[in-house]
Amino acid sequence: MMKDRLEALRREALDQLETVADAAALNDLRVHYLGKKGQLTEILRGMGSLSAEERPIIGQVGNEVRAAIEEVISQKQQMFDRADTARRLQAETIDVTLPGKTPSVGAVHPLNKVAQEIEDIFIGMGYSIAEGPEVETDFFNFEALNLPKNHPARDMQDSFYITEEILLRTHTSPVQIRTMKAMNGQTPVKVICPGKVYRRDDDDATHSFMFHQIEGLVIGPNIRMSDLKGTLLQFVREMYGPQVQIRLRPSFFPFTEPSAEVDVTCVRCGGQGCRMCKQTGWIEILGCGMVHPKVLEHGGYDPAEVTGFAFGMGVERIALLKYEIDDIRHFYANDVRFLGQFARM
Amino acid sequence: MNVSYKWLSDYIDLSAIPPEELAEKLTRGGIEIDNVPSRNQGVSKVVVGFVKTREKHPDADKLNVCTVDAGQETDLQIVCGAPNVAAGQKVPVALVGAKLPGGLEIKRAKLRGVESQGMICSARELGINDKLLPKELQEGILVLPEDTKVGDDILEVLGLNDSILELDLTPNRSDCLSLLGVAYETSALTGRPIRLPHPERELFSTTDKTSDHVSVTIHATELCSHYTARYIKGVKVGPSPLWMQNRLIAAGVRPISNIVDITNYVMLEYGQPLHAFDAAKVAGGRIDVRLAHEGETLLTLDGQERRLEPHMLVIADAEKPIALAGVMGGANSEVSVGTTNIILESAKFDGGTVRRTSRQLGLRSEASARFEKEVDPGRVLAANDRAAALMARYAGGTVMEGVAEAVVSTPEPVVIDLALSRINGMLGTHLSSLEVKTLLSRLDFTADSPENGKWRVTVPSRRGDITRDVDLVEEVARLYGYDEIPTTLIEGPTTTGALTSSQAIRREIRDALSHAGIQEAICYSVTSPAMAQLFPELTLEASPIALAMPMSEERSVLRTVLLPSLLEAASYNLSRKNNDLALFEIGSVYHTDEAVLTRLPREKPRLALLLTGNMRTASWNRKAEPADFYDAKGLLEAVFRRLGLEPVISFEAARPEGFHPGRTAAVKLRSERGPETIGYVGQLHPDLQREYDLPDTYVAEIELAPVYEHADQRIEFRTLPRFPSVERDLAVVVDTAVTGGALTEAIRGVAGALLEAVSVFDVYTGERLGTDKKSVALALVYRHGERTLTDEEVTEAHSRVLAILEQSFDAELRK
Repeated sequence: MMKDRLEALRREALDQLETVADAAALNDLRVHYLGKKGQLTEILRGMGSLSAEERPIIGQVGNEVRAAIEEVISQKQQMFDRADTARRLQAETIDVTLPGKTPSVGAVHPLNKVAQEIEDIFIGMGYSIAEGPEVETDFFNFEALNLPKNHPARDMQDSFYITEEILLRTHTSPVQIRTMKAMNGQTPVKVICPGKVYRRDDDDATHSFMFHQIEGLVIGPNIRMSDLKGTLLQFVREMYGPQVQIRLRPSFFPFTEPSAEVDVTCVRCGGQGCRMCKQTGWIEILGCGMVHPKVLEHGGYDPAEVTGFAFGMGVERIALLKYEIDDIRHFYANDVRFLGQFARM
Repeated sequence: MNVSYKWLSDYIDLSAIPPEELAEKLTRGGIEIDNVPSRNQGVSKVVVGFVKTREKHPDADKLNVCTVDAGQETDLQIVCGAPNVAAGQKVPVALVGAKLPGGLEIKRAKLRGVESQGMICSARELGINDKLLPKELQEGILVLPEDTKVGDDILEVLGLNDSILELDLTPNRSDCLSLLGVAYETSALTGRPIRLPHPERELFSTTDKTSDHVSVTIHATELCSHYTARYIKGVKVGPSPLWMQNRLIAAGVRPISNIVDITNYVMLEYGQPLHAFDAAKVAGGRIDVRLAHEGETLLTLDGQERRLEPHMLVIADAEKPIALAGVMGGANSEVSVGTTNIILESAKFDGGTVRRTSRQLGLRSEASARFEKEVDPGRVLAANDRAAALMARYAGGTVMEGVAEAVVSTPEPVVIDLALSRINGMLGTHLSSLEVKTLLSRLDFTADSPENGKWRVTVPSRRGDITRDVDLVEEVARLYGYDEIPTTLIEGPTTTGALTSSQAIRREIRDALSHAGIQEAICYSVTSPAMAQLFPELTLEASPIALAMPMSEERSVLRTVLLPSLLEAASYNLSRKNNDLALFEIGSVYHTDEAVLTRLPREKPRLALLLTGNMRTASWNRKAEPADFYDAKGLLEAVFRRLGLEPVISFEAARPEGFHPGRTAAVKLRSERGPETIGYVGQLHPDLQREYDLPDTYVAEIELAPVYEHADQRIEFRTLPRFPSVERDLAVVVDTAVTGGALTEAIRGVAGALLEAVSVFDVYTGERLGTDKKSVALALVYRHGERTLTDEEVTEAHSRVLAILEQSFDAELRK
């Protein structure tokens, strides 16, 4: 009798749970059937009138009915929880395509960026960085570099003089002499010298009266032109990639002998020939040579004891080529639409 | 120097070396060739024609109808608009089907009803640089010499089947300012022999002696080492042969007359400038090489009256200067149509004096360019012989016996000791004695037989640039080929490379600011005097250093302060609607105490900063944040923090000129030398903002030397606190003049060791507080390193804080 009532309760409860609509209704059903004053308790309250044999049997049936109902309630509860979470997440959805909050991004000037890159390559090759004054004496800028007064080669670099003996340096080469003098005859010397230089040139797309150079100087007891070639090859491969080649052409600088101009495989076309390299496959990037004996003497070295090589390049030229910039004047206008383009590693 | 490929082949066999290949060979050998343009700019089927008749066009005033024999089966009828066309002329005729430069093709055509079977051409239409031609030929058709053969291909007649080697010579290779020089070089690089002209073989003797007509004296013996003169009589001045004119035009030299053309031709050939005087105008037959006298003048060939100075070298006759030596001849002795006798000059003038005079007078010529770089003393006489022989042949002259000559000195041949070990040691090569000797002999340098691997090398006079062994090493290297030199690594001890401390700090500042959103600028180091005097507290009142010959007023002095450059950069950007600017620059200023520099100025590295517009622009979820004083200050603080300078840096209100007096701080650095002002940060003064058309702008400029000196890059680890802190906030009402810095400093002074940190977190002004009052809220953090604080301890310290604020600042605690 009691067993039948329990089974009927189970059926009724499970039927109702089948169609329960939400978490509140589910809770009502739980209270209604399983609560302290619920239907199940109500039925089991009649257990006292049962015989000792029946009591455990009915007790077990009662437990089974409770478990069955709890099981379904629990399933339903989980279902409602999941739906609830899903609704909340849906409500919290944002537009991920709107822009993020980026910190403002600045940039190192492209000329300094390139100069630092070159510096780092040579630092890796064991070079120090030497710097010297931009306002120089005629002696350091010219005479000590084998460019005596009235030398025709002075035509190559029209200068900004301040007095007859003091001028804005026309190249970073005077730092060679200053470095040698500071070394007091010691070897090895291995430096690069970056800095601003000045020449009386009318500004146009490829000329600027102020520009930047990086000079290199190596002096030792047995420095050869083949070492110069090896050094430059290593440099350009670190700068432009392992596939590039260099080519030296004889040239003239008063402070080196032999002298050379150095071409590198055109970085744009890889040597196939293009507009940038004027179809030659080569781009001229620097001048170099073996340090002239007179220059060594001015630096306090005996040209019979030591030899050396030197090279110099224009930072603007390297940067123009690297970024394919069309006009050198961009570097000095400081238009932020230009500067902002170099905010990458 | 422009070299005709065909002309060059007079001196060396160029067969199987086309012009482009030759150019590449020379370039790789050190004689750079920029371009190898063809002289034929696209001309074909143009021949020499003879104008038989010329009639007016019946229906057009400006047109002529010509009958032309162009060597075709029948005569051609050609309509021609040129004013100078006339019967009896030889002219270039573009036949039907001819092509002209620019892609023009000639077709049978009717011009105003008259058929034209071709076109008579001007020089320009044939692609010739007609600037070098007489004016009448520029305006009309090209008229050819009478002896030109009808029907001949114009390309042959005008030497257009040729290419030009455009040499870009380095200053040491002036030997290649001559066809012979280039021929020697070509010979060395190709191994083919050179063929020299031998003019002396053409000069036949007459009984008439030059010395009877001309005498030469060098007075300025320092400035002229050798002067030769020949006397040529009975010349007939007229046009030079067409082939010679063609070659001059190819070299970019204007044909003038046979006499002048021959001097120019030989100059191009030998590199030795020559000058021809009309002998009738040389008073007394005397040639004096001397310095100009005070007050002398000379009308030069370009029609300008030149005032001569006593340092200028002149050629004078018995009475007057007749030429500026090596620079330009005088009108008073100019060769003209009536000239019959010629005094022909070939001399070696000192390069320095020619350079100085030509620069001073602004007279640069083909001649001065060669003298300046020192001509070959070995060719002075040979060039004179060559020109004299050509004048005999092409101007009908008779060359008199001998030369009138003055010799101050004959240069000794240059002999240089050269060791094989020096060559291989410098180059890193393994050349043998035989290889070296062969290379040198290709240049016509003689090396005697080696003794212990050493030679004595005799250098020909044409190569004045070779003076020491390293010069010979270069000659060997370039003939051997720079490509053949091996690639090696430096031997010897290894060295470690690194940035110096100041270089590393400079990079750190660059990185810190660029990562904080600031763009790095690089501005010119030269500026205007006015700009160099803004911000006297930053220029330290140094008077700007002026350039002797500036290119413009805007760039005439060295900068004494960086900020004006950034102001300019800001104006530049604002005028391009770049309104939000954050710029910095690291650069030098140049200071001196001297009115006229006798020693180098101090170059002081500095950092400048400029902010205007918004620091952060508005976005869909954020308001724009306009730049203010605290952005500028904060950027400096961030830099100082990275450099470990925070403990020694302070900011104090200051009123430097050019800055907003209420919104500017001096940046102070405390060191063992005491506090020093290293710069300023503040708002630009509204007057300057107006002047530069800038909105509110915040700027800073600081010296970097003290920053480099005191930067502390050590990082010292401190154990993390193990006991909790106690935080107490307080708010006080004080006079607006009381600064946050004063409050925090006073608090730190009395709070004792338990106070870990104090900071201002709010400042408020409002009517409720009364005018001249503000509320400042401060957050204090107390902590003991060894144990948990008791409430009593904190309260005790905190009451000292409250007491000092009341006493010192009349502060009223807000509840």
